[in-house]
Amino acid sequence: MVSTLLDPKTKERVQKQITGGGVDWRGTAFVVVLLAALLVTLAVLVILVADQLQLGWGVFTERTWDFLNGTLRSQPDDPVIGVKQGLVGTFWIAVFTIVLAFPTGIAAAVYLEEYAPRNRFTSFIDLNIRNLAGVPSVVYGILGLTIFVQQLEWLTKGPTLMAAGLTIAVLVLPIVIITSAEAVRAVPQPLREAGYGVGSTKWEVIRHHILPYAAPGILTGTLLSLARAVGEAAPLILVGAITGRLASEGSFLDPGQLTERFTAMPIVITTWASRPQKEFVPLAAAAIIVLLAFVLLLNATAIFLRNHFERKREGR
Amino acid sequence: MSMTEARPAPRPMPPDALNGDTRRKAREMVVKYLFMAAALASILISVLILWSLVSEAWSFISQVDVSALNTIGWFPRRGLYDLPTLIVASLIVTGIAMLIAVPLGLLSAIYLSEYARPRVRKVVKPTLEILAGIPSVVLGFFALQWISPEIIQNIWSSAGPQTLAAAGVGVGILTIPLMASVSEDAMSAVPGSLREASAGIGARKMTTTLRVVVPAAISGLTAAFIISASRAIGETMVVFIAGGGGDGALYTADPLDPGLTMTAAMASVATGTDNVVGEGLTFQSLYFVGFLLFVITLGLNLAADVFVRRVRNVY
Amino acid sequence: MTDADRVTTDERTGGMSMADERATAGPRVGEGAEDRHRDQTGERDHITPSIELKTDFASTHTEDEATAGAAIVLDVRDVAVYYGDFRAVAGVNLPIRMNEVTGMIGPSGCGKSTMLRAFNRMNDLILGARVEGLISYHGIDLYGPDVDPVEVRRRIGMVFQKPNPFPKSIYDNVAYGPRIAGQRKGLEEVVERSLRSAALWDEVKDRLKDSALSLSGGQQQRLCIARAIAIEPDVVLMDEPCSALDPIATNAIEELIRQLREDYTIVIVTHNMQQAARISDRTAFFTTNVSGGKRTGELVEFDYTDKLFTNPGDKRTEDYLTGRFG
Repeated sequence: MVSTLLDPKTKERVQKQITGGGVDWRGTAFVVVLLAALLVTLAVLVILVADQLQLGWGVFTERTWDFLNGTLRSQPDDPVIGVKQGLVGTFWIAVFTIVLAFPTGIAAAVYLEEYAPRNRFTSFIDLNIRNLAGVPSVVYGILGLTIFVQQLEWLTKGPTLMAAGLTIAVLVLPIVIITSAEAVRAVPQPLREAGYGVGSTKWEVIRHHILPYAAPGILTGTLLSLARAVGEAAPLILVGAITGRLASEGSFLDPGQLTERFTAMPIVITTWASRPQKEFVPLAAAAIIVLLAFVLLLNATAIFLRNHFERKREGR
Repeated sequence: MSMTEARPAPRPMPPDALNGDTRRKAREMVVKYLFMAAALASILISVLILWSLVSEAWSFISQVDVSALNTIGWFPRRGLYDLPTLIVASLIVTGIAMLIAVPLGLLSAIYLSEYARPRVRKVVKPTLEILAGIPSVVLGFFALQWISPEIIQNIWSSAGPQTLAAAGVGVGILTIPLMASVSEDAMSAVPGSLREASAGIGARKMTTTLRVVVPAAISGLTAAFIISASRAIGETMVVFIAGGGGDGALYTADPLDPGLTMTAAMASVATGTDNVVGEGLTFQSLYFVGFLLFVITLGLNLAADVFVRRVRNVY
Repeated sequence: MTDADRVTTDERTGGMSMADERATAGPRVGEGAEDRHRDQTGERDHITPSIELKTDFASTHTEDEATAGAAIVLDVRDVAVYYGDFRAVAGVNLPIRMNEVTGMIGPSGCGKSTMLRAFNRMNDLILGARVEGLISYHGIDLYGPDVDPVEVRRRIGMVFQKPNPFPKSIYDNVAYGPRIAGQRKGLEEVVERSLRSAALWDEVKDRLKDSALSLSGGQQQRLCIARAIAIEPDVVLMDEPCSALDPIATNAIEELIRQLREDYTIVIVTHNMQQAARISDRTAFFTTNVSGGKRTGELVEFDYTDKLFTNPGDKRTEDYLTGRFG
């Protein structure tokens, strides 16, 4: 009878191979490097936020309301100095973005996904939109300057808040289209078929089935776009944002301001950050805290919404 | 149903019974054309951008003295339009930015995609995405206040408070989340079966990652690289705040000097007292630089698109 | 043999006129054929040698039948369906009769679903799909230039392979069709009637506001049937409605189909031959023709179900039914 067991020498050799490998030094080092990269990234970003808090916190605790209610001044120790005018500007830019860019962007996305024939022209539109999303924001500033400030001066009255709002809305439009289109594309085909099957028209299917289903994704996209819109500064510089003192009184809901010179939070930050006097540093940091709070809140809401609905959908 | 009951004869159908309600059809058509107009607006925007750029850019380049394009520096208000100043500065800032963003972003992405436990990933990835929303003005301020004194000037004491290097680091930090996010998507798209096959042959995880996953994701990773570079080149505010160079800048290839990138130069031409409505070539230089920038980023975006399409075709 | 006898035998097909009966017997007509049909002993004796049974019913249809009992609701004449350049199914001639269950069987990929979806213009949703030939509905060309697909789908409804209720409440699922057709009042009655007809009412009457997605697979499919019949269509198309369901749910739906036949015309695609044998009055057998390097579906044989199954005229049908292929 032939033994099917290994002879002792082979057995020993195989055993050593399988078990005696030793520690995988290179593998471990690799993971360490990777982890280090991630931790450095996170650390830097956290330090950044913490730094702003540390620098600007004093301003908040000393004179919160005055700060939020104050106006642009040339001297840092001016007791009236504050960001209200920046808040007003940012508020209206947000309004323009929501009112102009969101409906247009969603409509365009629905057209591209549900109506447009799959031909070269549609691909071209698609490519064009993706390129627009990658155009530097300062170039949109040129668009704003040429078209909204100059060509449409009869409407906007020049380098005004309206011109700024229009410029930012245009800047953000491609992003809204791309994120909305993605959300619409994710709607399952059986849902469409069910709608058409009972005799719905195309618009009925879109309105009753597709848009409700895609709503979370679209919402996420719009929130992210809004956060982006509110943080932009370069286009505003080109459209003539005021960096010095601004005459306007700046009440939030007065639409008359739309045809006046303007400023916005990112510009206020830029201005104060660029001033030589070191007393401006905590002011700039405080302004950053205000802006960051808003932007990070928007982003966090958007991401949380997206993850929540993704999980809910997958759970079904 | 009884046999004797007469089954109603099918109602005779008029030939236009299936034609549908005209009002409803009109409504559908209105909706369709309205939505189409929204989509075509995107084309209008591109046309307007090009138009805004080209006419003034052409007027600049056709009128400007060629010698002014290659001189000691970029001082538009003095009629000196040295393009290499801006281009080299852009390259330096972008280069430094990519040196920071690519390793940190890519390695973070590899960790998240291949090594991180699902619970870790669930927390870290959204955190990165949220931090990707930090406005660039914040990074500019941070670069000026912290990066410059703590890092740049610490290491190189000859450097001033505003340097291209500080700006470069700032832009780099700004770009890390983008690089990480797109790279991670690229690697997640690699099917698990490839990893399994590699493990099945007895490869260690590092080997699988570096020799199987990364090469399989290379199109997506290239796209991530190009997209991040495009973003870095187009960044304005970090350089504007922390890079130095007010109204103009001397030509330099030294990152420890202050400088102006194409983007910051555009912004600086437009700032200053009441000079939004400017005239003379000073102001038109803005458009010319903008045109250059547009062409460069367009080229990069088209290149990235090619690679993204390759990813889609493979999987 | 008296007419009365013949009628009793064919009770299942219900109220067909004699003219019709004769016509459908087609070229095979002869006493022997009818005897055998009535006989159903399963014995095979061929009388007329291998008559090609890709019967062209078109030539035997007459105008009279429109006014007779089992009128032809959907008349398919020489129809081919293309997806771009690919010819999915061709040369189909098929009369779908009112208040009958017409089954479509055959191996996968032979164009049955494609054909079914051509009946309510669902193929319009697919890029590059086109139909050649004539599909007429009560005499109107379904693909005529002025025809609105929405109107077609309101009269010719569809139940899909995988249940696809709307992510809404049970009530809203059923009420949706009538609502968009303009009905504002009386929706509750419509919902109850439809759910009763779909044999679902008793199970859900106390929870109409619950989400449709909380129902089991079989219940969801019955809900989809209720949804389809809520708008009172003429014809209900069913694309393998039981393939995603367990045997008990399948049984319930088959029973339902038998009842629905009284008020609706049903066309059902199924890959389950026994199911077709159980519930369809007439059955069409499709197969794939791979000649010429292309796979095109074609209709091989169409006949009363029991005739098709016990004594098919075409060898391919016989092979399929006995499991030699497919």
